[in-house]
Amino acid sequence: MKIAVCVKQVPDSWAEKKMSGGLLDRAGVDAVLNDLDEYAVEEALRLVEKHSPTGEAGEGSGHTVTIISMGPDRATEAIRKALSMGADDAILISDPALAGSDALATSLVLSKIIVREKFDLVLCGTESTDARMSVVPAMLAERLNLAQLTFAGSLEVDVATSKISVARTTDAGIENMEATLPAVVSVIEKINEPRYPSFKGIMASKKKSIATPSLSDLGVNPQSVGIGSAWSTVNDAKERAARAAGIKVVDEGNGGKVFADFLAEKRMI
Amino acid sequence: MSQVFILVDHTHGKVAHPVGELATFARRIGDVSALVLGGDLAVLTTQLSDLGISEIISISGINFDKYSAGASAQAIAQLVTDRSPAALLITSTARGKEIAARVAVRTNSGIITDAIDIDAALVATQSIFGGSTTVHSKVGHGTPIITLRSNSVEIESSATTPTLTEVKVVESDFDASRLGDKVVSVTEAISGGRPELTEASIIVSGGRGTNGDFAPVEALADVLGAAVGASRAATDAGWYPHSHQVGQTGKTVSPSLYVACGISGAIQHRAGMQTSKVIVAINKDPDAPIFDLADLGIVGDLFAVLPQATAEIQLKKA
Ligand SMILES: Cc1cc2nc3c(=O)[nH]c(=O)nc-3n(C[C@H](O)[C@H](O)[C@H](O)COP(=O)(O)OP(=O)(O)OC[C@H]3O[C@@H](n4cnc5c(N)ncnc54)[C@H](O)[C@@H]3O)c2cc1C
Repeated sequence: MKIAVCVKQVPDSWAEKKMSGGLLDRAGVDAVLNDLDEYAVEEALRLVEKHSPTGEAGEGSGHTVTIISMGPDRATEAIRKALSMGADDAILISDPALAGSDALATSLVLSKIIVREKFDLVLCGTESTDARMSVVPAMLAERLNLAQLTFAGSLEVDVATSKISVARTTDAGIENMEATLPAVVSVIEKINEPRYPSFKGIMASKKKSIATPSLSDLGVNPQSVGIGSAWSTVNDAKERAARAAGIKVVDEGNGGKVFADFLAEKRMI
Repeated sequence: MSQVFILVDHTHGKVAHPVGELATFARRIGDVSALVLGGDLAVLTTQLSDLGISEIISISGINFDKYSAGASAQAIAQLVTDRSPAALLITSTARGKEIAARVAVRTNSGIITDAIDIDAALVATQSIFGGSTTVHSKVGHGTPIITLRSNSVEIESSATTPTLTEVKVVESDFDASRLGDKVVSVTEAISGGRPELTEASIIVSGGRGTNGDFAPVEALADVLGAAVGASRAATDAGWYPHSHQVGQTGKTVSPSLYVACGISGAIQHRAGMQTSKVIVAINKDPDAPIFDLADLGIVGDLFAVLPQATAEIQLKKA
């Protein structure tokens, strides 16, 4: 199996985010691997370990895990983290023309790599913690004309028959879905507990290759990506006044009553 | 007048409440055509008669629920291409956003997700970074595809007798890959007769502080007519189903009242609830970060505060 895991470098969840010129201001904040993507990396590694004759990922397993990402050069930091967890190699598309790309452009670029490398399975997190659109996996399935299995809470692959089954969590409950590889899958954070990179893993990751194909290598017209060609534009972005400080009371046996009175005063009951 | 498409979300013969919100938004822009995929048309149509809808477009022939968003998206994209509506509005559910995403790709259109408002000129308002920033944006390419969060607008009713357009599809109309991902079985979540989380105007949520006992949370929810939510700590422990999780990897909710019980207020939890209009928190720890958001914070034991509140509210209602 050739597995691709799509990852994104994002501002640290705890960092205060601001807009600048219609885009998220990324310069001033710590950047990390989108934590929801770690579950996809972990799941890819577990799949390989399960189907590897040695029980381990990497060389000799007969399967590969490639990290793919679009982002600034600095995104290599996030990619290294995924490599230190145990992924084999990575591809980063980094071109100044991509700055300000929307989800449509991101999915276009990622789809070109996926087609070129002929991956059997494409794993993603459910969303990035910065943009929170949760649309890239579906867009990839559309562009690649592949089965879409999103919000997977568990995942099985039968390598011999190329059959993939997931139990996905939806508004309605748990849906069991099946498809035949190749497929695009997004995983929820309940699927596993991502490993911490070991010291050995961190050392090994330094030697792993991060290929950096250009947009023209992928046959993407630079004019068709980036903020200039984004198909939606931000007119304005305003910071809202912070929430006004509320009332805080210590329960001295009447906390429930205080609560009920508060609701009555707000005409909520 | 221009035509606006809205997608009608429905399960078990019931039109989802936010469809009325979509219709309300759509009427600002033009004549509303409601797309109904599958389902019992007669049953659904009667529920669409007081939303100011001009036309119902029914697409039937395959069971769309049996597949991922791909089949629905292909059918909708075909109609968008044929009719070039002024916009396509869809509710911001996980599936709604996937359909929107795929229709956008297929029709070369721009997409805006999780809007909370839209005006006649198709300028969408989004509230981002946990409600700290308000953004106005507009789609400038193709058919604007906009997903809207529920609980964003008061539904304006208006009785109409919509015309009916029926589109029949068969499996062979679809690309093979779209019918290649199949639902083989479903275990339905049990709602306990309470409102759906993203549609509820009041939500009472429990966290690790409940220690697995959601009875006081449910009792308060029931007296308020509220939905029950949960933190990830509570869903991870198996105390409540994942479909009730509020937060980054659960649902994003924006009710008029959110009550957090025994929830510390981790950033991932806040991401799903901090745009709620009024927030009440009950927590033993006076330094719990949830208190930074709370309009009313009660430092105390939820097992004492909630039953008392429930009894008091019952009294006030009587
Ligand atoms: C990738 C990722 C995604 C995540 N997504 C989500 C998400 O979608 N939603 C989410 O909620 N979390 C999410 N989390 C988890 C989040 O970081 C927190 O761990 C979680 O929200 C904690 O839940 P909690 O507040 O119930 O538990 P805790 O943080 O343990 O807090 C329990 C609180 O209960 C209080 N308490 C205890 N007993 C009582 C009592 N008797 N009466 C009153 N108060 C009491 C304590 O003082 C404490 O403040 C995510 C984390 C990660 C890494």
